[in-house]
Amino acid sequence: MIRPESEAELSAAIAQAAGPLRIVGGGTRPVGRATGQVLSTAGLSGISLYEPGALTIVAGAGTPLAEVEAALAAENQRLPFEPMLAGALLGVEGNSTIGGVVAANASGPRRIQAGACRDSLIGVRFVDGRGDIIKNGGRVMKNVTGYDLVKLLAGSWGTLGVLSEVAFKVLPGVEAVVTLEVSGVDDVAAIGAMSAALGSPYEVSGAAYDPARQVVMLRLEGFSDSLTYRTAKLQAVLESFGDVSVNPDADWIAVRDARAFAGGNGDLWRISVKPSDGPRVGAALQGAKLLYDWGGGLIWAEVVQGFDLRGALGGIAGHATLMRGTGCGPVFHLEPTPLAAISAGLRAQFDPRGILNNGMMG
Amino acid sequence: MEMPTPNESILARKAEIVARLQAVLPLDAVIHEERETRVYECDALTAYKCAPLAAVLPSNTAEVAAVLKVCHELGVPVVPRGSGTSLAGGALPTADAVILGVARMNGVIETNYPDRYIRVQTGRTNLSVTGAVEEEDFFYAPDPSSQLACAIAGNIAMNSGGAHCLKYGVTTNNLLGVTMVLMDGTVVEIGGGHLDAGGLDLLGVICGSEGQLGVVTEATLRILRKPEGARPVLIGFDTNEVAGECVSDIIKAGVLPVAIEFMDRPCIEATEAFAHAGYPMCEALLIVEVEGSDAEIDMQLGVISDIARRHNPVELRESKSAEESAAIWLGRKSAFGAMGQINDYMCLDGTIPVSSLPAVLKRIGELSQEYGLGVGNVFHAGDGNMHPLILFDANKPGDLELCEQMGADILKLCVEVGGCLTGEHGVGVEKRDLMHAQFNPVDLEAQLRVKDVFDPQWLLNPSKVFPLSVTQSRRIVAAA
Repeated sequence: MIRPESEAELSAAIAQAAGPLRIVGGGTRPVGRATGQVLSTAGLSGISLYEPGALTIVAGAGTPLAEVEAALAAENQRLPFEPMLAGALLGVEGNSTIGGVVAANASGPRRIQAGACRDSLIGVRFVDGRGDIIKNGGRVMKNVTGYDLVKLLAGSWGTLGVLSEVAFKVLPGVEAVVTLEVSGVDDVAAIGAMSAALGSPYEVSGAAYDPARQVVMLRLEGFSDSLTYRTAKLQAVLESFGDVSVNPDADWIAVRDARAFAGGNGDLWRISVKPSDGPRVGAALQGAKLLYDWGGGLIWAEVVQGFDLRGALGGIAGHATLMRGTGCGPVFHLEPTPLAAISAGLRAQFDPRGILNNGMMG
Repeated sequence: MEMPTPNESILARKAEIVARLQAVLPLDAVIHEERETRVYECDALTAYKCAPLAAVLPSNTAEVAAVLKVCHELGVPVVPRGSGTSLAGGALPTADAVILGVARMNGVIETNYPDRYIRVQTGRTNLSVTGAVEEEDFFYAPDPSSQLACAIAGNIAMNSGGAHCLKYGVTTNNLLGVTMVLMDGTVVEIGGGHLDAGGLDLLGVICGSEGQLGVVTEATLRILRKPEGARPVLIGFDTNEVAGECVSDIIKAGVLPVAIEFMDRPCIEATEAFAHAGYPMCEALLIVEVEGSDAEIDMQLGVISDIARRHNPVELRESKSAEESAAIWLGRKSAFGAMGQINDYMCLDGTIPVSSLPAVLKRIGELSQEYGLGVGNVFHAGDGNMHPLILFDANKPGDLELCEQMGADILKLCVEVGGCLTGEHGVGVEKRDLMHAQFNPVDLEAQLRVKDVFDPQWLLNPSKVFPLSVTQSRRIVAAA
């Protein structure tokens, strides 16, 4: 294992690499089929700048996510996008790193309100496959200077470069949280309820549906007085869909981490569709264990090993990623020809030798 | 400002090029006579002008693809143009380039309220996107101040922002999908109604690429339900420093205003003389707006006012009604017009860390003295996006150059304190030669390589964004 302790060492390690490298942060998101010598970013750790009054934090890519979140919590702030911890789900131990979060563009239930990881990411430093140290973006939240490689790096799973430092726009924490549940609803009614809630002015920050329990969960966050008001208003919006109640014990971390699927034996897929296509996905995957997040736009599905999930969903716009198991076909969705050519072209530019997480994304 | 020498061989082939374009477009969609092409000689950066070889106004994606295919085959540069409101010269032509205007493509293709998106042709203006959904109480969040005129195509090209970014983000945070035509005429579809497009985040790199990677013809945009209401509070301070501290304290308190606007004394004075908004005469003025129900607004304004009172404001005015809100916003919204009444001005757009605000304002004041040019500051304080307005006299020889020099000094200062050259206007030609201040050669090369993938011949808007010296070798290959 190679473990650089500085950006310069990272650059040298990549420039001198004789063969493929498998990039690892905390090792808690083992998605994809990259091979090669392990290159760990754990040595690039530490928060280098945190200005609560400017809502900005900058940290080394190897900094544990927990360390970043603790620093923010101490100032009553947080990462807006609520990154999931995937270790339990994917059956691995380890401490998630902030660089790994960015590489996976990991974004939890609040994605529907506050955007994905890539939306909060305002700057990166990385080393590309040539060993070049590149910076893009910075530490300010409005920046259109040059091309936005920040977004390109987010969710690139280490295939364009190895992140050395990441900068985020953060948000204030909240005083209180209320979860409303709508019970006894099928998937059609559930998507309807979530769309109505997300189309209301009451600032819903989480919208999930558990078909096994037939329960929709809707989260409101903010100051207590405001929550009392919005809870009542949202309740009125939801009444036509089913029985509405407040659940003080609602577990959003379980939704965020798709915990219901931990320890399962089937293939686990993460499907992205427009919310109104949710029931079609449900119908196409009869018998699968499902969880809807993002108002129905993100669907976790556990199916029997080897099941051709993409085939079953043919005709529904969107994409599916194999998170766990043997699956059927590539881990990441194949892009249509002209886009695949662009993606391949970008990889060839940033990693001409094809040594960074080779085979990861296709 | 330097632009590349036009390619003589293209100029000589004008008749052939026009004929080829006419063969793939309706007759009235190809503009080539000199008196007509002059309409496209500049955008809102009017200091620089150059009529294009021709201008085309396609009506749909297929026509855009046909135009680009012809230009690609003939090796003719193409400069895409939305509504021509760029302050950075993003749509400035060269004499050997074809302007591709999307103005005729302004239709709504689909509105989908359950999934909260709208799909439009990109010639549609920003404000009319909201216009198409406000009947259902929805809106499109990014609100550049040119929103009445500016096109979604230009918003995507420049990754436009606006006053309400602190809460709603900029264009890139509200863009779900595009139909885009590559320079060789290939049509690509990226993303759509779902929240993440899959694969590499091509949408993210296309947004803000200043029309250099492709021509976006259709866009799927996120729409949001309108808040129940919004009201501002106006707060005046004795010093910029205290106003800056107040901004920081508001943010730290956990209130997330939709807008925090800042005006300094020169700007307040000009605005008062022009719009008579009844602003207090003070060193710094904040307008902080929050959203929600009436009670929620009262509560948030209460928190903000409590924080402000701890900083001994000279004025504190909470809006209680729509009329009072309009009065508070009146001055801010007329600020640019007011400054324009006094003089010609150049509007800068650098962003700084909010914590550097007092120091940067002080240094701008010193530069103003040194150069002998007045500066008014009006900007989005919550996100650090400054808009210093440098006053000059366009009729006085040398004044524009002096103003540009001072502007460059201010932008370099923004970079020095950890910020950037442009927060929402884009680089265009205006800040092209300052890119070295923010990026080293390796950083720039990484960006050029992205363009190499999308537009290997360097035909799309080739003379923008990057210093000409940096792109020369690539542009020479294109011209050969």
